[in-house]
Amino acid sequence: MSTVKQKQGAFLSSVNGPVCHARNIKGFHLRDMVLAGEKKLIGEVIALDQDDATLQIYEDSEGLRLGDPVENSGQPLQLCLAPGLLGHIFDGIERPLEAIRARNGAFIPEGLGLLKLDEKKVWPLTFTVKAGDKLKSGECWGTVAETAAVNLKLLMPPGKSGTVKALLREQATINEDVIAFEDESGREFTLTMSQYWPIRRPRPVESRLSVKEPLVTGQRVIDSFFPLARGGSAAIPGGFGTGKTMTQHQIAKWSNADIIIYIGCGERGNEMTDALEEFQKLEDPRSGRKLIDRTILIANTSNMPVAAREASIYTGITMAEYYRDQGYDVAIMADSTSRWAEALREISGRLEEMPAEEGYPAYLASRLAEFYERVGRVKTLGGDVASITAIGAVSPAGGDFSEPVTENTRRLVGAFYALDRKLAYARHFPAIYWMNSYSSYAHDLRNWYSQNVNPRFPELRDKLLDILQAEDSLKEIVQLVGEAALPADQRLTLEVAALIKTGFLQQNAFNDVDRFASLPRQFALMRVIVAYEEGAREALRQHIPYSEVRMKELQARIVRLKYELSEEHMDLADRLIEDIQSSFEKLSESYASLLGARDEKEKR
Amino acid sequence: MKAYTGILRAKGPLIFLKAVPGVRSGEMLRIMDGETERRAKLIRLEENFSVAQIYEGSDGLELDRTRVAYSGEPFTLRLGPDILGRSFNGTGEAIDGGGPFSGETERDINGRPMNPMARVYPRNYIRTGISSIDVLMTLIRGQKLPVFSGSGLPHRELAAQIISQADLGAQGGDNFAVVFGAIGIKQSDARYFEDYFRRSGASSHLVRFMNGANDPVAERISTPRCALTCAEYLAFDLGMQVLVVLMDMTSYCEGLREISSARDEVPGRKGYPGYLYSDLASLYERAGILKDRPGSVTMLPILTMPGDDISHPVPDLSGYITEGQIVLSRSLMGAGVYPPVDILPSLSRLMKDGIGEGYTREDHSDLSNQLFSAYAKLTDIRNLAQIMGKDDLSARDRAYLDFGEAFEQRFLKQGSEENRSIEESLDMGWKILSILPDEELDRLGEERLNKTLRPARRAAHAGEMA
Repeated sequence: MSTVKQKQGAFLSSVNGPVCHARNIKGFHLRDMVLAGEKKLIGEVIALDQDDATLQIYEDSEGLRLGDPVENSGQPLQLCLAPGLLGHIFDGIERPLEAIRARNGAFIPEGLGLLKLDEKKVWPLTFTVKAGDKLKSGECWGTVAETAAVNLKLLMPPGKSGTVKALLREQATINEDVIAFEDESGREFTLTMSQYWPIRRPRPVESRLSVKEPLVTGQRVIDSFFPLARGGSAAIPGGFGTGKTMTQHQIAKWSNADIIIYIGCGERGNEMTDALEEFQKLEDPRSGRKLIDRTILIANTSNMPVAAREASIYTGITMAEYYRDQGYDVAIMADSTSRWAEALREISGRLEEMPAEEGYPAYLASRLAEFYERVGRVKTLGGDVASITAIGAVSPAGGDFSEPVTENTRRLVGAFYALDRKLAYARHFPAIYWMNSYSSYAHDLRNWYSQNVNPRFPELRDKLLDILQAEDSLKEIVQLVGEAALPADQRLTLEVAALIKTGFLQQNAFNDVDRFASLPRQFALMRVIVAYEEGAREALRQHIPYSEVRMKELQARIVRLKYELSEEHMDLADRLIEDIQSSFEKLSESYASLLGARDEKEKR
Repeated sequence: MKAYTGILRAKGPLIFLKAVPGVRSGEMLRIMDGETERRAKLIRLEENFSVAQIYEGSDGLELDRTRVAYSGEPFTLRLGPDILGRSFNGTGEAIDGGGPFSGETERDINGRPMNPMARVYPRNYIRTGISSIDVLMTLIRGQKLPVFSGSGLPHRELAAQIISQADLGAQGGDNFAVVFGAIGIKQSDARYFEDYFRRSGASSHLVRFMNGANDPVAERISTPRCALTCAEYLAFDLGMQVLVVLMDMTSYCEGLREISSARDEVPGRKGYPGYLYSDLASLYERAGILKDRPGSVTMLPILTMPGDDISHPVPDLSGYITEGQIVLSRSLMGAGVYPPVDILPSLSRLMKDGIGEGYTREDHSDLSNQLFSAYAKLTDIRNLAQIMGKDDLSARDRAYLDFGEAFEQRFLKQGSEENRSIEESLDMGWKILSILPDEELDRLGEERLNKTLRPARRAAHAGEMA
């Protein structure tokens, strides 16, 4: 028995949370975007079966009725890529949250429809071509000063090419034709400043390249110990309270990418507000411009509809590809990919699909792979070398890294920054635990560090890591017998490890000097710690008792140095090294004379 | 209003109905069976049946003669300024003998997501009168800060104490209200709260939504939503600073699991539905502050960790949404410490921006950083003392043991009706910290040592002499 009258177009035949069904679906394609119900809620066709379409609704579906009309847009969910993205904040399907607030106030209602970028704003543009120039796809024909920090390049869209016929306008809105071309068959076409691109399809590139240089994040434990390559990918797994978001924010703020795309995927609203306020306030240490000028924020907080959360990751990576194609180095942060995976699980559950591990759908691994495969260093269609670097936070259930999202992500990324609850409890931040973290880029980038920072950089890094490793194996013994029972050289190892932890690895995100450390500053700190270690080790070799070798005051200065060693005061490191060396020399001399005096005495 | 007779199936919290054209997903129904009337919400529409979740439970329902009336409206709550002081059940019906509450407006209890652009980052505090919370994990206005407790731990006492004592601090004014959502609590607990509030006189700035352990399970789902809708009204319409205390979120999640299982949904971890995270977020994320509006909604959800397991889905998913957590410890309770706040795993993420000069006191963050750091070292030293004996420890380690003892027995421990001011708590913190020698206070600069710590130490010594 059907209670639904036959209607002209497609209509709803079932409503169950974010998953609905439609019938009479002639002309529907998989992945088409639809508008459902009288409020025109946005949705997507996720399965087709004869005369039945399964829809995933991107807004709260309460209020829908059976028989409500379903309108098919005939297009997959796609983004408008145009000036006006940078410096702004969007939801998971590129609807500008500022505009929504201006229209609807503090709360987000459903049925807003597809809002896009500001269509009224007039942008001045500069043409880089003249009539008669021939352009291939991906080549640049003009620029727009999108923000104070970034010049947007207007490109021939993928799949198109032609000869410039006329330059139509030097200022325009994103929907107005600004340039006319003629293609090879003599057909004329015009372009606006905007391109449309479906979010689930990767944008094409000329070729893929191997990684060559690091993305400098200014975070010591990352840059020095476990570097991230430009065009590489990293995962930051950690239980709650271990500082995933904080670490992501630090990388977003201080890394030397041209463009930052920050996706708050199923996370907290207050965090997004915090990020927005901070980015508007802070300046890029390199360009002096406001950080927000190079940043796009995508906020699909945990209480916003779950289907849009699933889309937000693709929205972010498509935007990243758009700027990459212009020749920029883009870094994309996804916080958190676990929430995205849970959105997959939630929708899969509503579809009554057979679950694989822990209720996640069997296609979890391939979806994750699809995302991470869109990052990399490439030669663009326009001939530039550019990159997308991705950093995904992972929120493992119960902090257990053996769960499916962490495990599958680990296979795909090059760097793994394991956050540790014990470190977080001891307020050691960033709580990246050195024993469980790794970077497969460390080896490839060794030469870069020796050539661009200092020839001794790799050697000092290895030395510090060795000391930490040695400390780790000593820790158990210390727990049993106490530190005082160890031989002097092992006690020194413990103390130097403590110096590395407090003086080098811990980095205070709220301190104006310490929050960002350039590579020369990172190297200087390593040199200081190693100078102390070498001085002390030599003194022990001369059989000077440990109580004398242990220089509390020098240690305190080393620990404080990170707060004082600003770019302008780089000499502080050299001065401290001199003081360390002279202190140990003095110690050794006074001890030698003491020994000498004793020998004299004995002789007499 | 459409009305039909007869239902297809009744199954625990769900009823299956004949499909009716034109009804909306989410609309409210009245289910009439002889004398009794119950409320239900349509949650699923199919071509030949629909499913509703019934708030008063389906016990005693008969299939053929039950009448179902469709309201065409979502679940709303009546609201008005004189709601303060009233008590309701989990669906918003007055239960205090004061007659039905008519109010002047009504709102959909589901609320809508706050636009992140419209949020103001939280930057001021709520005083609880509990030293450990006020000093070490300060509750910030607009924050959601849960208490992770366990069966038998005194979260009930803590909740009652916070509800009665909380205010906006010395300069904060008194435009303050508390909304208490009791979800699936025991009779004895309900009585305890009632007695406590009567004694403390908290009722005048309090609104209560009470769902007992023996009340129908679907009401557990609406209780926190009613409480939060009321809080949003008080905060964003009336401009009040509102604290919402929800207890016990574990009962809420169990209710959700029960309904999910009745709906034959694919279960996720430990049988909880796969959408537990999103569902919890739809509650917790309703805390916040808005631009252009004066009030705030702050949330203190309390949950019991089954088997004291912090990785159980309920505390785990809560911890991922909330902005920190206050963890209670069984071993501290064993040592006679009330409230037994385990400070190391506890954290208030938003506290850094809402304390210090202009809010609490300028020395606040130095004190809390140093207390955390010193207390973190204590664990290892206590382990060592167990192996080697206290006498063989170094002077430094013995100072730590003294510090730990004083910290737990004097700072953490307080009476269940003892209401400490911010000043009292901070001063006591410095006094206890001064037990440690200067060189152990590595988070304090020379200036702070001179200005605050050393005077506190002298005062402590003078006190001992006298």
